[in-house]
Amino acid sequence: MASKSLQQKLAVLSDAAKYDASCASSGSNKRDSRDGKGLGSNTGAGICHSYAPDGRCISLLKILMTNFCIYDCVYCVNRVSSNVERARFSVDEVVKLTIDFYRRNYIEGLFLSSGIIRSPDKTMEDMVRIVRKLRHEENFRGYIHLKTIPDAAPELIEEAGRLADRLSINVELPTDAAVEAFAPEKNPSQIRKAMADVKLRRRVSKDKSHTGRRPAPFAPAGQSTQVIIGADAANDLTILKQSTRLYGSYDLKRVYYSAFSPIPDASSRLPLISPPLQREHRLYQADWLLRFYDFQLHEIADAALGGNLDLDIDPKLAWALAHRDLFPVDVNTAPRDVLLRVPGFGVKTVNRILTTRRHRTLRYEDINRMGASMKKARAFVSALGWSPHGLSDTADLRATFAPPPEQLTLF
Amino acid sequence: MTQRIVLPRLGTGTAWRDSARVCLAMNLHPNDVRWSDTAEDSSLFDAAPDAPPAVHDQAKVPKAFVSLAQSVVWHTDADRFDRLYAALYRIRSTPTLIRDRADPAIAQLRKMEKAVHRCQHKMKAFVRFREIGDPTAPRRSFAAWFEPTHNTMEPTADFFAKRFADMDWRIVTPSVSAIFEGGKLCFALDLPRPDFPEDANEKLWTTYFCNIFNPARLKVNAMTSEMPKKYWKNLPEAASIPHLIAGAPARARAMADAAPTLPPVRTARVQRAAADFDTAWKGPGDALGAALSACTRCPLHATATQAVAGCGPDTARLMIVGEQPGDQEDLTGQPFSGPAGKVLDGAFAQAGVDREGVYLTNAVKHFKHIVRGKRRIHQSPDRTEIEHCRFWLDAEIRRIQPKIIVAMGATAAMALTGDRRDILKRRGHLETGLCGRPVMITVHPSHILRTPDKAKQNELREMLVGDLSGAHAISLTETAM
Repeated sequence: MASKSLQQKLAVLSDAAKYDASCASSGSNKRDSRDGKGLGSNTGAGICHSYAPDGRCISLLKILMTNFCIYDCVYCVNRVSSNVERARFSVDEVVKLTIDFYRRNYIEGLFLSSGIIRSPDKTMEDMVRIVRKLRHEENFRGYIHLKTIPDAAPELIEEAGRLADRLSINVELPTDAAVEAFAPEKNPSQIRKAMADVKLRRRVSKDKSHTGRRPAPFAPAGQSTQVIIGADAANDLTILKQSTRLYGSYDLKRVYYSAFSPIPDASSRLPLISPPLQREHRLYQADWLLRFYDFQLHEIADAALGGNLDLDIDPKLAWALAHRDLFPVDVNTAPRDVLLRVPGFGVKTVNRILTTRRHRTLRYEDINRMGASMKKARAFVSALGWSPHGLSDTADLRATFAPPPEQLTLF
Repeated sequence: MTQRIVLPRLGTGTAWRDSARVCLAMNLHPNDVRWSDTAEDSSLFDAAPDAPPAVHDQAKVPKAFVSLAQSVVWHTDADRFDRLYAALYRIRSTPTLIRDRADPAIAQLRKMEKAVHRCQHKMKAFVRFREIGDPTAPRRSFAAWFEPTHNTMEPTADFFAKRFADMDWRIVTPSVSAIFEGGKLCFALDLPRPDFPEDANEKLWTTYFCNIFNPARLKVNAMTSEMPKKYWKNLPEAASIPHLIAGAPARARAMADAAPTLPPVRTARVQRAAADFDTAWKGPGDALGAALSACTRCPLHATATQAVAGCGPDTARLMIVGEQPGDQEDLTGQPFSGPAGKVLDGAFAQAGVDREGVYLTNAVKHFKHIVRGKRRIHQSPDRTEIEHCRFWLDAEIRRIQPKIIVAMGATAAMALTGDRRDILKRRGHLETGLCGRPVMITVHPSHILRTPDKAKQNELREMLVGDLSGAHAISLTETAM
């Protein structure tokens, strides 16, 4: 077999990497190369350098080191039983691609993942070698996200965390039973242990010594994980329950939800329908409510019929419609936590309301100007010169928000 | 007579601030000043500004306004300076105005600030360099042509200087161009659009762009809202977007059509649920740990990180049983490694017990908790969970064969004696456990930690120390009871 050109390898190994949703480059420590001795910077905020027609941002060079894999995870395009084309990058090829792309301002850094070859340790060792070369020989100061292999040796994880900004381990599926069914070689409790290990190492790296010395940072941008949605039968509540547990237990920065989308040469055990993108979107909204709006899981569960979120309206609106006795709220007097529950108000809008109303009484037009979505909020708030009157109690209020009913097609 | 002020295109931010200070010092009403960045449209009745008076009492304005102004000056709106000065004039007498998000004039300025920030952000994202020098030279050189919406080259140049400090680069735009050579940044005005040599990396980049796209999730609007078409002409990858969009539905359909039909997936789950458990551990002693970490007897395993097995020598004469692992123990896998463990260590030291010689374990091996935000709150295990986990506790007791077992707290008492009531009344006395061995009940170290009253805490601590030293003495006697 003739060896592949760099371009052919890039085609195969980026194609294999696209099912990982994360492309974030934010949240790491700030650094730059003003001293002229290195390349790259990190401002703390991420930058999306391009957008693909699937609407996803392209911030990092997201590639697999190799898509050869000894595991047989049903949902994965790279599983051992699939017939996709295989390739493998050398260490130098990945380093050169990263540096060349970075210098042309195409990317913020590298997201390196890999299929499992020979053994978990061997795979992790090769990945760490790439990152070590980037950091130490090329003096690369851009962002690096490294996928960790759960069973790899602790010293490899330790070095990976010192070199990379973010580590991630995918929990893959919402329940242990599903992992057992779809990814027989993976062990959910091993994955949890690896996440606990990263959390503990991060905690240690933040402890100052008695002389005030700070240890070297460990994965300063934290850890994240990904769950595939719609490959198994788990409902939204099961998924969110898992997420709250992961956020609470392991200090995750993000749980990514990835709607299962058809893959080339797919297994017959999976639903090859167009991916449930709307469901994925609603899950992210619920995830945000839980993390930034002080919602509790049971409150979201109340409004989710049969354990699944309403696909037509967002979860906050669904909650508000189910709790109309609490509305309308007066934007001029309501406390912060109550304002955060108004559909159409985001955290920013609420902050603006709170600072402005110290100086004067707010009118309807004022809130509109502050960036609130009044189309949603108007039925739930009162302000100077505005009262929703009967609007919050109308029986068909939901219908004004939901998309119009659609005629089913026969074909 | 209207004062007319023309600001330069470079250093506009400082120039505006200096001029605005002068105007304020002269107490000029906004209607009496006209601002512009071009000298051409000067009107007949404009007067050149009087020689600026020496400004001694510089006007104090809120910091938030200064940062707002330093962004808005880069907007292309012709009235931006006038709007800023009008706002400044009002803010001087009403400083709180800057915090009023609903004031129409301030809201307009905030909107312009947002547009400038977005333009800066898009510039950082969408500038595409081409290599114009020798790739093997010690200092490589790159250049780019970019068309920003607002005048954002000057305020954004610092970002590029910090990021690409080890190479020479220039970003040429229709108005202001930034040139970074040998570590020095300078600006030039109105450079013609240069012709750059082809760069082979653009083909690689386009290959990456085409292959990272997932045709099964076409969302064109999500792309164009973040990457508007006006930027496409200077992005090498954008040329491939039309054919990616056109071919996507067919590619997605082909993947689905190629697939065979779907068998049910619930078989494995059904089989697992039907499998029943042994009532006592029958395997070899050294396999106990591995079997425990694979335990799924009760639902706690699914939410905890790991099962926390007991630790201590197989020859231990004293066995101490706590309730369940806590947050810290769940992460480390070691029993009594958290705050309660510290209290216990203190009690060991006072009672003269060597921790290394004692077997420490918990009645329940998985951490039961609920999540509140980013914290895990401990929950007491219920009767069925204790029952399920007694399987493992019994296996440990049979392996260690301790002379005496200390049950700390109600859960351990429940697991060892079948009764969780009246701990404080029963403590310090010997009882016979379900396993037939002597059991001494005492308080749990966490209970001490959760008691708010200091005096009461000390009292409980003394009880724990007393009971531990009593049990320790019994464990050293030769005769079995």
